[in-house]
Amino acid sequence: MGYQSVSENSHLLSRIAAGDGHGENSSYFDGWKAYDSNPFHPVSNPGGVIQMGLAENLLCLDLIKEWIKEHPEASICTEEGLNYFEAVANFQDYHGLPSFRQALARFMGKARGGRVSFNPDSIVMSGGGTGAQETLAFCLADPGDAFLVPTPYYPAFDRDFCWRTGVRLLPINCFSSNNFKLTKAALESAYETARKNNIGVKGVLMTNPSNPLGTTMDRDTLKTLLTFVNQKRIHLVCDEVFSGSVFNQADFLSVCELLDEEPSYDKSLIHIAYSLSKDLGLPGFRVGVIYSYNDTVVKCARRMSSFGLVSSQTQHLLSHMLNDDDFTSKYLAENKRRLHTRHEEFTSGLEKFGINCLPSTAGLFVWMDLRQFLKENTENAELKLWRVIIDDVKLNVSPGSSFRCTEPGWFRVCFANMDDATMHVALKRIGDFADKVKDETTQLQQKKRFNKKLRLSFCRINDGGITQHLMSPHLQSPRSPLVKASH
Amino acid sequence: MVAKVYKPCIPLSAIATSSTHGEDSPYFAGWRAYDEDPYDATTNPSGVIQMGLAENQVSFDLLEKYLEEHQEVSKLVNGIGGFRENALFQDYHGLNSFRKAMASFMEEIRGGKVKFDSNRIVLTAGATAANELLSFIIANPGDALLVPTPYYPGFDRDLRWRTGVNIIPVNCNSSNKFQITKQALEEAYAKAKKADLQVKGLLMTNPSNPLGTAMTRPVLEEILNFISSKNMHLISDEIYSGSVFSSEEFISIAEILEESGYADAQRVHIVYSLSKDLGLPGFRVGAIYSYNDAVVTTARRMSSFTLVSSQTQKMLSPMLSDVNFTKNYIKTNRERLKRRYDYVVEKLRECGIECLHGNAGLFCWMNLKPLLEEATTDGELKLWETILKDLKLDISPGSSCHCTEPGWFRVCFANMSIETLDVALSRFTSFMEKRRKT
Repeated sequence: MGYQSVSENSHLLSRIAAGDGHGENSSYFDGWKAYDSNPFHPVSNPGGVIQMGLAENLLCLDLIKEWIKEHPEASICTEEGLNYFEAVANFQDYHGLPSFRQALARFMGKARGGRVSFNPDSIVMSGGGTGAQETLAFCLADPGDAFLVPTPYYPAFDRDFCWRTGVRLLPINCFSSNNFKLTKAALESAYETARKNNIGVKGVLMTNPSNPLGTTMDRDTLKTLLTFVNQKRIHLVCDEVFSGSVFNQADFLSVCELLDEEPSYDKSLIHIAYSLSKDLGLPGFRVGVIYSYNDTVVKCARRMSSFGLVSSQTQHLLSHMLNDDDFTSKYLAENKRRLHTRHEEFTSGLEKFGINCLPSTAGLFVWMDLRQFLKENTENAELKLWRVIIDDVKLNVSPGSSFRCTEPGWFRVCFANMDDATMHVALKRIGDFADKVKDETTQLQQKKRFNKKLRLSFCRINDGGITQHLMSPHLQSPRSPLVKASH
Repeated sequence: MVAKVYKPCIPLSAIATSSTHGEDSPYFAGWRAYDEDPYDATTNPSGVIQMGLAENQVSFDLLEKYLEEHQEVSKLVNGIGGFRENALFQDYHGLNSFRKAMASFMEEIRGGKVKFDSNRIVLTAGATAANELLSFIIANPGDALLVPTPYYPGFDRDLRWRTGVNIIPVNCNSSNKFQITKQALEEAYAKAKKADLQVKGLLMTNPSNPLGTAMTRPVLEEILNFISSKNMHLISDEIYSGSVFSSEEFISIAEILEESGYADAQRVHIVYSLSKDLGLPGFRVGAIYSYNDAVVTTARRMSSFTLVSSQTQKMLSPMLSDVNFTKNYIKTNRERLKRRYDYVVEKLRECGIECLHGNAGLFCWMNLKPLLEEATTDGELKLWETILKDLKLDISPGSSCHCTEPGWFRVCFANMSIETLDVALSRFTSFMEKRRKT
């Protein structure tokens, strides 16, 4: 059923709607498109594109499934749980189920080795990590204000933090010379640049463990950051969405720990964003968390959470699960172990082909160094290489430029969203590719089919048009590879 | 340890420090009073009875029965086969089966008189999010939306708070049973123009909250003409569409559009939710149905901030697609609400209180004008306080719904057992008796 075209009425939509702040024109999402149109399947499509551009954790879902089977009372549609149905279905209080907040507080504390204790009353729900970021931006900054963010960073922050809020993100540039660590000089330089341009800086947004680097911040860097925000009297939003996915070091040091250690830091500047999408592998359940040490922010964020509450059915299930101490201890330990194993296998496999990754201890991905394969040290060369990887190697990896990386040649490669067999297929393809490149035969070959199918749209400038598709593209809506693989 | 005094931090955002969240309204103050002293038949029989919350609890048993008889639903949600896919599913299109189920349910409610294309449905976490999303999409900060009064207090927050959009009321009064007139629309529009505000749309609730009345065909057609002539959008919040007591009495804007061959349909967007008709506010299931492709695409992208839990989508799909179930549910729900409504109105009439003649919703629009000491908002709020403090009843004053005529109150009746309702009604009766004596 089609209705009158609206191109003549395009002025009828808001600037937010008509602009491209949704971010779907980035190369980050172009790769997903390539996967969507030709998805790998071990049996039905062994030559398809393997999705390595989606940071999902599939490695421990069996543990969660098992728990759910063993606890039918946690579900409101089973015989055992049905008597909870009415009370749960009716519960829309934006404070959330008290048991749910307690469960989240406990789980977050556990992921930090029990060294931080979270107050359930300061926990606020949001529509996933996506909703948490946007809500914090609404609370902490006005349109036109800016937050500083270390590069490289998760591409969707541009949408989450900026799209509807009118807040800007300004880069704090980091470099491979010191493994992309955040430095005081870089912070000061970014702040100064903003000041010179008359842009009001309201805070710093960081992700720890980092996406896409997979590294965690050391104590000194965290202290530098805390000192900086305290001196400038600005906020610090710390996205700790991968805090339960730290696998290769003794402990994850959260900014929260330092707050307890050092009373000179003003806690009211610190706000944590969290979600169960990565650590628990439950992105479909839309469980986002804002944890703030600032009571006014908690109050405001809680009011805003009306726009993105967690389904009470989901709260009910997860409050049972995350209050089960035995389960959460077992889960966190096993998750670490499996991620570690997978990371080891993947990186050692890459090393055999002479490909190195940034040393990392966390996350669901590696930051792969392909600078040696670049024809020239430019962004264009990186994107050309990326096209070859998608089209010839048939792997969807994410080019560093989509993360605003200052140096061409880096790629984020996700490894936790597939089974072992698929990972080995991916490694083999990379190995073959590395050999080919060394022979310098087909690196620059571009197939016509590729050019027709995948228009390189690495443009962050809106062409002025409004997407007319009725079924909007699947770009920003990740399709998990195993969803297709199970058919 | 001495608490360190820090230099003042830069302030939070203007949005954070404003009071546009609306929680200072008596509408919410009443909720707080209930929270602090909630009625319970055994443990707190003199507590506050909550009549300020429009929830539907009269038909839960039908839902529970369905789940009991369809244990395959629980297997679907928790079983081996589907769990992983469901847990990973974060596609903002939503589950195909769920969108189809929503479309089917919405069609059932309208007696099959209209067809809905499931591809035009965008899912959001509740109608709260749906309304805010549409406000972001059709209006810029500083623009205005026209909203007929009296209206749901939450709109002040949903349409304005984070969007920066203004609401200009379209004033309705009891002289014609609060129906929207062309004159009222034009007056509101002129007022906006005078204030130099660009009017981007009209948001109406049909059936109305708080009036409890379904809009008539002539009024709907009038509104459609108006928004077309003024080149603006129309949002029809139809979240109570399944709570109209008689199916013939509800006319959806979708019907008017279909009859007119969808001329100008791209201006129209319908909001729906399962919070009222199905009584499932906790599950956060809202939907936008738009005839405008660009709005569908943009709304879908924006829904990333407010998706429906995949677990909930999966659980509700079979139920909402089961036409035998939904036909029976809708019919039974309507009958039960009508019975309650008739009962409440009759009991109130017996003690001398009249209500607007309503045919929908979970509440009645009570006329307490004769009880006002003065016919002003202050007078109304004084009466409201008396009812809250002395009768221990939380009802919503018309002024919190932006009603221009003091003395009207919204009274919810579907969110409690019949026993509790009787207690509430007896408190009204005693109050009126006491007044007659003095």
